[in-house]
Amino acid sequence: MRLLTLAGRRLLAALPALLIILAGLFLLLQLAPGDTVDALVAQVGGGDPTMIEELRRHYALDQSTSARLADYLWRLVHLDLGHSAIYGKPVIDVIVERLPATLLLMGSALSFAFAAGMVLGILAARRVNRWPDTLISTLGLVFYATPSFWFGLMGMFFFAVYLGWLPAGGFGTIGGGLQGWALFVDTLRHLVLPTLTLALIFLAIYLRIMRASMLEVSTLDFVRTARAKGLAEGAVVVRHVLRNALLPMVTLIGLQAGTMLGGSVVVESVFALPGLGRLAYESVMQRDLNTLLGVVFVSALLVIFINFVVDLLYAKLDPRISGEH
Amino acid sequence: MQFIRDYLRNPAAAIGLLLLAAVLALAATAGLLFPDDPLGLAGRPLQWPFANAAFWLGTDHSGRDIAAQIFHGARVSLVIGFVATLIAILIGIVVGALSGYYGGVVDDVLMRITEAFQILPNFLLLLVLVAVFGSELNTIIVAIGVVSWPPAARLTRAEFLSLRNREFVQAGRTLGLGDLRLIFGEILPNALPPVVVYASVIMAVAILLESALAFLNLSDPNVPSWGNLIGGGRSVLRDQWYVSAIPGVAILLTVLAVSLVGQGLNDALNPRLRNR
Amino acid sequence: MSTVLSIQDLSVALPPGADRSHALRHLNLDLRANEILCVVGESGSGKSMSAGAILGLLPERVRAESGRIEFDGRNLLELAPAELRAIRGARIGMIFQEPMTALNPLRTIGDQIGEMFRAHTRLSRREIEQRVLALLADVHIPDPPAAARAYPHQLSGGQRQRAMIAMALALEPGVLIADEPTTALDVTTQAQILKLIRELQERRGTAVLFITHDFGVVAEIADRVAVMQHGVLVEHGAAAQILHAPRHPYTRALIAAVPPLTPPPERAVSAAAALRVEGVSKTYRSGGLFTGRRVVHAVRETTLELPQGGTLGIVGESGSGKSTLARCIVRLLEPDGGAIRLGDIDLAGLRGRALREHSRHIQMVFQDPYGSLNPRKRVGDLVAQGPIVHGVPRREALRRARELFELVGLDPEATGRFPHEFSGGQRQRIGLARALALQPRVLVADEPVSALDVSVQAQVLALLADLRTRLGLSLLFITHDLRVAAQICDRIAVMKNGQVVEHGPAAQVFADPQHPYTRDLLAAVPGRHWNPPGEALAERSVVRDAA
Repeated sequence: MRLLTLAGRRLLAALPALLIILAGLFLLLQLAPGDTVDALVAQVGGGDPTMIEELRRHYALDQSTSARLADYLWRLVHLDLGHSAIYGKPVIDVIVERLPATLLLMGSALSFAFAAGMVLGILAARRVNRWPDTLISTLGLVFYATPSFWFGLMGMFFFAVYLGWLPAGGFGTIGGGLQGWALFVDTLRHLVLPTLTLALIFLAIYLRIMRASMLEVSTLDFVRTARAKGLAEGAVVVRHVLRNALLPMVTLIGLQAGTMLGGSVVVESVFALPGLGRLAYESVMQRDLNTLLGVVFVSALLVIFINFVVDLLYAKLDPRISGEH
Repeated sequence: MQFIRDYLRNPAAAIGLLLLAAVLALAATAGLLFPDDPLGLAGRPLQWPFANAAFWLGTDHSGRDIAAQIFHGARVSLVIGFVATLIAILIGIVVGALSGYYGGVVDDVLMRITEAFQILPNFLLLLVLVAVFGSELNTIIVAIGVVSWPPAARLTRAEFLSLRNREFVQAGRTLGLGDLRLIFGEILPNALPPVVVYASVIMAVAILLESALAFLNLSDPNVPSWGNLIGGGRSVLRDQWYVSAIPGVAILLTVLAVSLVGQGLNDALNPRLRNR
Repeated sequence: MSTVLSIQDLSVALPPGADRSHALRHLNLDLRANEILCVVGESGSGKSMSAGAILGLLPERVRAESGRIEFDGRNLLELAPAELRAIRGARIGMIFQEPMTALNPLRTIGDQIGEMFRAHTRLSRREIEQRVLALLADVHIPDPPAAARAYPHQLSGGQRQRAMIAMALALEPGVLIADEPTTALDVTTQAQILKLIRELQERRGTAVLFITHDFGVVAEIADRVAVMQHGVLVEHGAAAQILHAPRHPYTRALIAAVPPLTPPPERAVSAAAALRVEGVSKTYRSGGLFTGRRVVHAVRETTLELPQGGTLGIVGESGSGKSTLARCIVRLLEPDGGAIRLGDIDLAGLRGRALREHSRHIQMVFQDPYGSLNPRKRVGDLVAQGPIVHGVPRREALRRARELFELVGLDPEATGRFPHEFSGGQRQRIGLARALALQPRVLVADEPVSALDVSVQAQVLALLADLRTRLGLSLLFITHDLRVAAQICDRIAVMKNGQVVEHGPAAQVFADPQHPYTRDLLAAVPGRHWNPPGEALAERSVVRDAA
């Protein structure tokens, strides 16, 4: 119960930041050359001044900025994100269609990056300054420096074009009509390259943090206590170092959630995945600002939600958080 | 200088410096070796590297010299990396210093704003900024700086929080030093080293962000950016993969150089960690 | 009595680049059954290294170079890791200095004590549970079942140390190594823990190797004493002999530097007040709109008077509010209410420029010799900084800084150096020079000698006493150490929970304490019945003469 109160408080604390984001985005839009009416008029190929005036009134553009900001926020509360000009339906519908692909991609990339980063980080820390550490740390640096879209392209060329092992893009074999196990395997095969591509930089970050965190915790007094108790080296690491070393890793999930969503824009574009990131890219290319803002708003909500879950997880791992008054 | 000796004793850091020097050399000699417009038509399209002595890295799908674009692209990447980092670090230090030093309401307001920036996926925000303000090079640089400052602000704030109650700062206060002297004379010089080290991370990310934008055709089309070249090579990936591969290696090595130098600086500044 | 642990000709080498080549040189030391052997020394004496060497827990890159550590007929230095692990915890237990950090924060106390049994025995889960509760009861923790379920952060420092002791003694080891186990504790808690260690040791006949820097603790608990200096054993023998008739000059100097608990004869102090604190309060509120609120009344309605040219000591344990009060007086903290009168001016009512102008007359000396000097500035600039801010030309301020260096016993030529080039005692002198540069009327010293070795401590105290008379300073001296307070203070105020519970002339407070808490504090001072031998003890007489 205390855990939930704590997490609820954190959720509340995100509200001011969310308001700042929304107000900021709204004001940014005011700076954009031309308003909704200009865009509409341009789309229908021009119009007479009285009609433009009419439209302005219809979209309440003749109101003061603050009145429109209040109206905008009020609509967002109802999840009314407006109408998408290019898709011809409400923005929220477009987003709901695209959300699953992004969630699947993020989920698999995050799990992979976290698990592999943790294992590699532990291995490096256990062999610090010897060749396994040097190898892993160097790999980490190279992964970190690799542009994800380039890694995706090269992977696509090598595994899809050259070797022909994996599909080159998309999210399922078109017209396959697969079901059950076959569908699962097919989706999995389509996920491998995008997941690796998105996970690469986070894998590098996680392994570096895990290594540093393991080394840091190893110097703490309670680890010396554990040794003085006569525990075997493995028990010292598993029972005393590991859980403490995981705390910064968990924090990092929350901090990196936004970056990962941003990364999915590029990855989804490379592999032609029908996700939120690709939607954002398309709406920029088509100048559909309504949709773009909708995507940004939903992404912000998603990041806040991920941080909420991370807070719960952290409090679960660290009794000092949930136990404090 | 003890510091330089400490730095160079670390082989990874020395390699990083060497790589960075190489990228700088590319940027410096671009105008000399390739005086013509690198985006202009140079010869027959899609010539493989080493096939033609005039184009030793080959030509891309529109017949532009890849080597020329690599050399001129180094300039673009370095300028973007450097200026965007400068912007981000300056905003970060000011926000972090005010927030950490004054605390209270100032801290609350500034941290809510910082959180807002951290909640927004930075690449998405970058897309919005480009959509609104256009994709001219200067705009891109400022936009990258504007989306990259929050971690620097948090780091500076954390340093200030730990330093502001240290006894030497309190001693300065009892001597009658004003806020500005305390912030800039006492605290900032001690808070700066980790922030400077972090600048290398921001620079690496800035270079990657720009190349991703360029790859998506959202960066300035009138400058020879490595990301642009990779994006252009996509259409011929099946057979002429080298068009995308070569600039990718250039980005990788540049970002690697920046990261290695940053890590080397960090190790040289914290000798305690080096022996681990 | 039989020897259970024998250190023979042990040398421990430090990594290249350290300030000396060896932490220990040719150490010979025997620990006998059923005794407490105290190893005493100042920082850098190698006393902790000897403990680490026994259990193979030396810091990284530090290694035992030669010698033997004989235990149970075997040389511990030559054992395989697995053999050594079977001895650690089971046959030789260990307690550390910092109860705050020596326990894993993420696991319960019961779990961590139970781990001893899981690692070394095949007891069932239920049996282990019962043993843990019995152990917690043995170390007199109130409500053992609750303590077993608690996480370390939920216990006080003293209770954590009790839990550590329970853990170390879980398997009834023949040898217990205690590395400064009471140094991080308050004096009343320290007395309880010392009593507990003594009690358990006598009941079980354990041999205890007790490492400490504090001769008071030695007098309290030791059967035998070994004195170390720079990695060499300089003297060892029965406690009574070392404490009352030390032979080696270093031991004599160390013991001479221990301040006796009885104050020197009263000095004549002016009746006029240099500083009056009237009804000062300070409350901390933490937390905001979205987090829980906490309110701590650190200082409540405190009234004090510092006599002109005298020294007022504020003594108390951690959390008593003494440091908060000091910081309110120098206006590092904003008091919530009350007045701080320096002459006719109430500093508590001043703000901004007026405050800076008047608060220069009260200056502060800080506790931490490493943290109180900006590492990036030359020490001369540090001392000149105050006068420069108040309008003295830079050249003049730097010239004064050189004079001040001379005044506090430092080489005036050293003003161009950086803080890290000085030792702890020298840095405290620099801090003193910095405070004096503004020619204050009142000097507030917050635990100025607590971080120093005892011999350096005596020198700095002597310097303070000397400057007090020469410059006509009034001194507000904050300390947790009653021995130090007895030596330098004319008047004493005892604080507890943010309030002054007793104050009066030092001699009177020490000889005839009125408040029960004061009596508890005095009774808890380690070695209170031991008076360092009175023969020509040079260092202390300096303090007295100056006083």
